[in-house]
Amino acid sequence: MVALAGASFAAEIPQAERRSGYELMSRETRAMQDDDTANPGMLAVLEGGALWARKTGAGGRACADCHGDARASMKGVAAHYPAYDTTLKRPVNLEQRINLCRTERQQSPALAYESRELLALTAYVARQARGLPIDIPVDARTQPFLDRGRAAFYRRQGQLNLACSQCHDDNWGRRLAGNTIPQAHPTGYPVYRLEWQSLGSLQRRLRNCLVGIRAEPYEYGAPEMVELELFLMWRARGMAIETPGVRP
Amino acid sequence: MNRETSRREFLAGAAAGLGLGAVIAVTPAHATPQEMQDAIRKVVGSAPVTKGRVKLELPPLSENGNTVPLTVSVESAMTPADHVRAIHVFTELNPQPEVVTFRLGPRVGRARVSTRIRLANTQTVTAIGELSDGSFWSATAAVVVTLAACLEDA
Amino acid sequence: MANALINVPDRTRRGEIVEIKTLISHPMETGYRRSQIGARIPRDIIRLFVCTYNGTEVFRAELHPAITANPFFVFSTVATESGTLTFQWTGDNGFSVTETAAITVD
Repeated sequence: MVALAGASFAAEIPQAERRSGYELMSRETRAMQDDDTANPGMLAVLEGGALWARKTGAGGRACADCHGDARASMKGVAAHYPAYDTTLKRPVNLEQRINLCRTERQQSPALAYESRELLALTAYVARQARGLPIDIPVDARTQPFLDRGRAAFYRRQGQLNLACSQCHDDNWGRRLAGNTIPQAHPTGYPVYRLEWQSLGSLQRRLRNCLVGIRAEPYEYGAPEMVELELFLMWRARGMAIETPGVRP
Repeated sequence: MNRETSRREFLAGAAAGLGLGAVIAVTPAHATPQEMQDAIRKVVGSAPVTKGRVKLELPPLSENGNTVPLTVSVESAMTPADHVRAIHVFTELNPQPEVVTFRLGPRVGRARVSTRIRLANTQTVTAIGELSDGSFWSATAAVVVTLAACLEDA
Repeated sequence: MANALINVPDRTRRGEIVEIKTLISHPMETGYRRSQIGARIPRDIIRLFVCTYNGTEVFRAELHPAITANPFFVFSTVATESGTLTFQWTGDNGFSVTETAAITVD
C-alpha cells in the first residue's frame, strides 16, 4: 500500500450522497444533454457509427466485421473500462483498447489521442453503455494500479498545492470562478464540454484540471493518467453512464 | 452585414501611415452599445422600433458564454397578409453586434426560432422583429455570463 | 467531413405546424481569437442556412460568428404536402453541405 504521508486523507463521499455533474448543471445544459436531437455529442456518436462500419487497414476489416452490431456487442462495455489487459499486464482505457484493436487486428495505424476519429469511435462505443451502472472489477492484478490512482487523487500537487479531493470530495457543490464544483465522476465521457465547444476525453479534462492547479499535466496515455481514470471510475461505481454527456 | 473598414482598422492604418510602423492592427475586444445602435439602424432605417410583440428567452445566468440557448418569438397570425418577415438579434458587447437574422414568412406557421449563441460578457441581448407591414418591434434580455474554471493552456 | 443531425416528424397532417431541429458539426471559428504567438486565427464560419420545402424556401438564417460551434436551429413549417425538405448550409472556405428529409402529409 502506497504511503499516504503528507496527504490530508479526506473521507470519501458517502455512496448515498454521490451526484453526477449532471445534477449540478443549469436546466438549459441538462436539456441539451437529454435531447438526442439537440445534443452536440450525438454528432460524434453518428460519426462513430459510420467509422464502425468502415473497412480499414491492410486486411480491409471494419470493427463491424468482428463485432457485428455494436448495440449488442458493445452493450455495457464502457462501464467496465479501464480494464486489465493480460498481455500488457496493466489496465488500458477505452481509447487504448480501440487502438489496440486497430493496430493488432485491423493492421491500421493507431488513432491519435483527441483526434476526431478516436473521439467518435469512443463516443459510439460508450454510448452503448448509456444508462448502465459503472462496474470496475478489482482483483489482485488491478489493485496496485487502483491504489496508485487513489494516491494521486489524494496527493497535493502543483503550484497551488491542491489535491483533487480538496475540491471534489470536500468542496463539491460550492462555487469556483462562477462555476459549481462537481464531485468529478466520469459518467459522461467522451463529453461535449461547452468550454471546448467540442467533444473531449476524460484525459483532456484531467489535463485541464492539472493545468488549473498549476501542475505539470501528464501526457495522454501516460500510466499515471490511466491509473487515475481507473480510480475515478471505481469511485463512481454504480453510477450510470451518460455518454455523450454535456458539461459547462 | 460586415462593415468594410472598422473604426479600429482605420486607426491602425492611419497610425501606420504616420510612420508608426509596427503598430499592430487592434482587434476590438468588444463593440460598444453605440455600434449596436448603428447596426440596428442599418436594418430598420428611419422607421421607429417599438418595444413589444417580441419575446426573447435567454437564461438569466449562463454557465458558459460559449453556448447560450436563445429562443425568440413574435406574436403574429403568420398569414400572407400579416406575418413576420424577419427577426434580427444583436448584442452590445460582443466583438461585433450582429448575431443572426432569421428570414421567416407565412410558411413557418409560427414565428418562433431557437438557437445557441456566444456571449463574450455579461450583457443585454436585443431582438428586433420585422413585420410584413414594415413595422419593427423589439425585446431585450440581460444575461450574466460566468467563466469556466480549469481551462486548458490557450 | 461535416455531419448533420436533422429531426423532422416523418408523418403529419395537412395544416399542422411541424417543428424541425437541425444540428451540424462546424467549429464556427470567429476570427477574433489569437493563437499562442498572437496571430489572428482567420474566421471560418457557416454564413447561411436555408430550408426549402419541395423547392420553395420556407426558412433562412444568416449567421455571424456569435452563433455557437455546431450550429443548432429549431424552427417550424406548415405541413402543406408530402415531399422533401432540403437543408443547405454554406459558409467560408467553400463550405457547403446539403441534407434532405422526407415528410409525409396526410
